[in-house]
Amino acid sequence: MPFIGLGWDDVLFLLFATIMIVASLAVVTMRDIIRCGLALMVALGAVAGMFVLLGAPLVAAAEVLVYIGGITVLILFAIMLTQSKAAPARLVFQTQAVPAAIAAIVLAILIAITVTATDWGAVTSRLETATDALARLLFRDYVLPFEIVSVLLLAAVIGGVFLAKREEDGPS
Amino acid sequence: MSNSLDAYLVLAGIIFAIGTFGFLARRNAISMLMSIELMLNAVNLAIVAFGSFVKSLQGASSVIALVVMAIAAAEATVGLAIVIAIYRNRRTPLVDEYDTLRQ
Repeated sequence: MPFIGLGWDDVLFLLFATIMIVASLAVVTMRDIIRCGLALMVALGAVAGMFVLLGAPLVAAAEVLVYIGGITVLILFAIMLTQSKAAPARLVFQTQAVPAAIAAIVLAILIAITVTATDWGAVTSRLETATDALARLLFRDYVLPFEIVSVLLLAAVIGGVFLAKREEDGPS
Repeated sequence: MSNSLDAYLVLAGIIFAIGTFGFLARRNAISMLMSIELMLNAVNLAIVAFGSFVKSLQGASSVIALVVMAIAAAEATVGLAIVIAIYRNRRTPLVDEYDTLRQ
């Protein structure tokens, strides 16, 4: 597109990057925690768009399904379960917020310096990952990690149910 | 800009730093979990960016990103269950009021 030397990809990159940064800042700074959850949803949607831009459409689809459809909804339900009128979060931040902000800014600057100073041996055009090639990798070369992850998910589900279960007979 | 690896990595670093700030500064336990999700997404973005720009990582990065995503789902499940279990005992989601060991 004939913007000021920007192609469509650059425009999309800037758009998604802006959405990601603004929504992430909203997640960590907003007072109303339900709105934080909704902003998290927006940020994850921008991440999914970035994955499409990077040529990994299957990862983008998994991001939408797992994160936006699953984890964010789970977080919203947990928010609704743990918000009580007795404990209104008058203060959003702890007392260590200012040192935390300084540490985060220093971390971002360090990462930026390290990234730009290192030669990653990168090519200058984006490589697409075809879905069938990815499936072949996932179910042939990486089938053992895949199975381990499925066992881990099973363990997590059982652990989550056990932890959140209300004790009927205990002296709770 | 969208054809350079550095731009994606710097963006991932910024998101990771924002997540770090949220994890260290928020009082609500669920806000801290949301910050962890942000950090995991930043790492995932960096992994996929590497796979998209470095030839030898092309296929493997998507596999790693999917595995990270599954582990993030497991982490969210167990973390939220722990938060709800603590909430049931302490009646507050604010982490600076979990001070039983200090008393």
